[in-house]
Amino acid sequence: MYKDNQEGTTMEMEPAGAAVNVVEMSMQQALNRALMETLERDPKTLVFGEDVGRLGGVFRITDGLQAKFGSDRVFDTPLAESGILGMSVGLAMAGWHSIPEVQFDGFAYPAINQIVCQIGRMNYRSRGIMPMPITLRVPSFGGIRAPEHHGESLEALFAHVPGLKVVSPSTPHEAYHQLKYAASRPDPVIFMEPKSRYWQKGEVDLDNAGERTGSAVVREGKHATLVAWGAMVSRCLQVAELAAEDGIELEVLDLRWLKPIDAEGLAASVSKTRRAVVVHEAPRTSGLGAEVAAIINERCFRTLRAPVERVTGFDVPYPSGDLEDEYIPNIDRILFGIQRVLEYRRG
Amino acid sequence: MNLGKDQLRELYRLMVAVRQLDRSAVSWQRQGLIPGYAPELGQEAAQVGSGYVVDTTRDFVFPTYREMGVARAMGVDMVEYMSTHKATWHGGLYNPAETRLAPIQAVVAGSVLHAVGWAHGARLNGPADDGTYPVAMTYFGDGASSQGDIHEAMNFAAVMKAPVVFFVQNNGWAISVPTERQVAGGSVAARAAGYGMESVQVDGDDVVAVVEATSRAFAHAREGNGPVLVEAMTYRRGPHSTSDDPGRYRTLDEERNDAGEDPVERFRRQLEADGVADAAFFAEALEAAKAEEEQVRAGVEALGSRPGTEMFDYVFQESTPALDEQARQWREESEHV
Ligand SMILES: Cc1ncc(C[n+]2csc(CCOP(=O)(O)OP(=O)(O)O)c2C)c(N)n1
Ligand SMILES: [Mg+2]
Repeated sequence: MYKDNQEGTTMEMEPAGAAVNVVEMSMQQALNRALMETLERDPKTLVFGEDVGRLGGVFRITDGLQAKFGSDRVFDTPLAESGILGMSVGLAMAGWHSIPEVQFDGFAYPAINQIVCQIGRMNYRSRGIMPMPITLRVPSFGGIRAPEHHGESLEALFAHVPGLKVVSPSTPHEAYHQLKYAASRPDPVIFMEPKSRYWQKGEVDLDNAGERTGSAVVREGKHATLVAWGAMVSRCLQVAELAAEDGIELEVLDLRWLKPIDAEGLAASVSKTRRAVVVHEAPRTSGLGAEVAAIINERCFRTLRAPVERVTGFDVPYPSGDLEDEYIPNIDRILFGIQRVLEYRRG
Repeated sequence: MNLGKDQLRELYRLMVAVRQLDRSAVSWQRQGLIPGYAPELGQEAAQVGSGYVVDTTRDFVFPTYREMGVARAMGVDMVEYMSTHKATWHGGLYNPAETRLAPIQAVVAGSVLHAVGWAHGARLNGPADDGTYPVAMTYFGDGASSQGDIHEAMNFAAVMKAPVVFFVQNNGWAISVPTERQVAGGSVAARAAGYGMESVQVDGDDVVAVVEATSRAFAHAREGNGPVLVEAMTYRRGPHSTSDDPGRYRTLDEERNDAGEDPVERFRRQLEADGVADAAFFAEALEAAKAEEEQVRAGVEALGSRPGTEMFDYVFQESTPALDEQARQWREESEHV
């Protein structure tokens, strides 16, 4: 079911060899466009949440949707996340594909009961009779000097829940295609948008989605692989640029899907470079980096030259703006991690 | 509570000080001194009037992110309060145990159940010699009233007869969503009946009415008769926060129509008409507010960042080896020590 073989998504219907259709836009615009096209394509899709209607969302991701599709298909709910996600379950049972938004990462917590106990299980509970086509958009991760609970990284929490898939885009192109893809699938997907990247522009190839599943090598190198997702991908690319000046060639792997993790893509890259540093904003303990390291151990044990390094946030609540640059992995800390894998010598 | 002349004047001074500080904080944000702020403009009467009733020797208050006026009325240091908006420390730097004001709460409806727990604890501690109890007052908005936790809080409090005052500021909006899209019928107070709880709806822009309604609610709870819900009808005159753009969801005409008379101006007129205060008093109150504003601004400007080690210091009372190791590595890599 999961394989990227579903017919009918617009990106796959474009004839091969058509004129190149590359547009420069921000991630906010790319996501907005993906939602527009999804609502257009599938009349059974709905967008709802807090302030997503008239306001267009606090990040304007849903800007203009209500004006275009009306307030039956795009609507503001009362302020209650458990209500939003719980209602998505019933809507799914009635044949609707919900694309709800929770306003910020930290406000997914009030909905956790519905997400874990209901959304993640209904397909299983109903023996596949009641799929849960729900695409939950969560503006995620830190970096914007916001109040408490506006900068958290919940991927490990979601990835741990049976029955949920998790994805996070790193660029406008990825955002556009991943959201359209996720919103065309029959399973629940937690779609983690790197809010600090919303206003960064990039080229979006509207015709050519590329492979929608799995990871992507976004920079080739041979000395070590940096594994990252969301906002950390661009930071790792920056690091790779700097390291190149010293003759260190780093490969950067955008993991993209955080569940399921593309074990083969991961292993292919690390088998080549023989060293890996995984970078994430979330706290270190039981973070997704541990899962990535375990997969690398399972698949690359013989070829590894050094233990997998983790450069991550700390086991502390996401701090206030003044301290967030201390918390989020910065260039220095990533370089230290790289140094450790490069200098590692067996006992 | 029968308000004497001095109390009325004190209330006015507080409202003017709060108005001044609130306006000021918005301009600090525009000037880049603080990254964000949630103005309480228009809610001075509701906030000062309710905060004024609190007995800070025994009661306890649970704010949201918009209760600067309550904090000021309770005597909380305003630099320590504003530190949350300077992104110094999420909960604010004031001491919640001493000030009787719980840390600033960013989760909508996040602390309402805490008030019920605190009040139940106070009840279990037993009454004072005069047979009365300390009271927990918790603030929330019309939007927050949609959260499931609010139902649980009201039900627990009523069933357990906890001495809680639920103080709802119905300011017409939850960011871009008007109250009628949160509460069919428009009244949170009307819900109280279903929980078997007393409630009152009050003109939240009339500071005297707010003081009176809140005092009665406190008296009821103090005597062990259970919780009360006070719904103060007011209006959020400003944007939701400094990053909001209300022009996208309400027109200036609508604002003018719905806001009603400015609560500070209204109180000033009333005091003048009743002969409680004169022009000299009003001018002096404004001067005092301006002086305070300058002092707070200087304090906020001088406020430095907290040392990064504090990220690790307050996670636990008893730290863990893994956390200590992370702190050590952080110092080594970030502070090069
Ligand atoms: C659980 C949760 N969901 C969403 C938010 C984002 N948010 C912050 S304030 C707000 C509106 C709150 O409205 P209301 O309760 O009426 O209080 P007001 O802002 O009017 O004071 C929203 C949706 C949040 N802080 N917490
Ligand atoms: Mg409100």
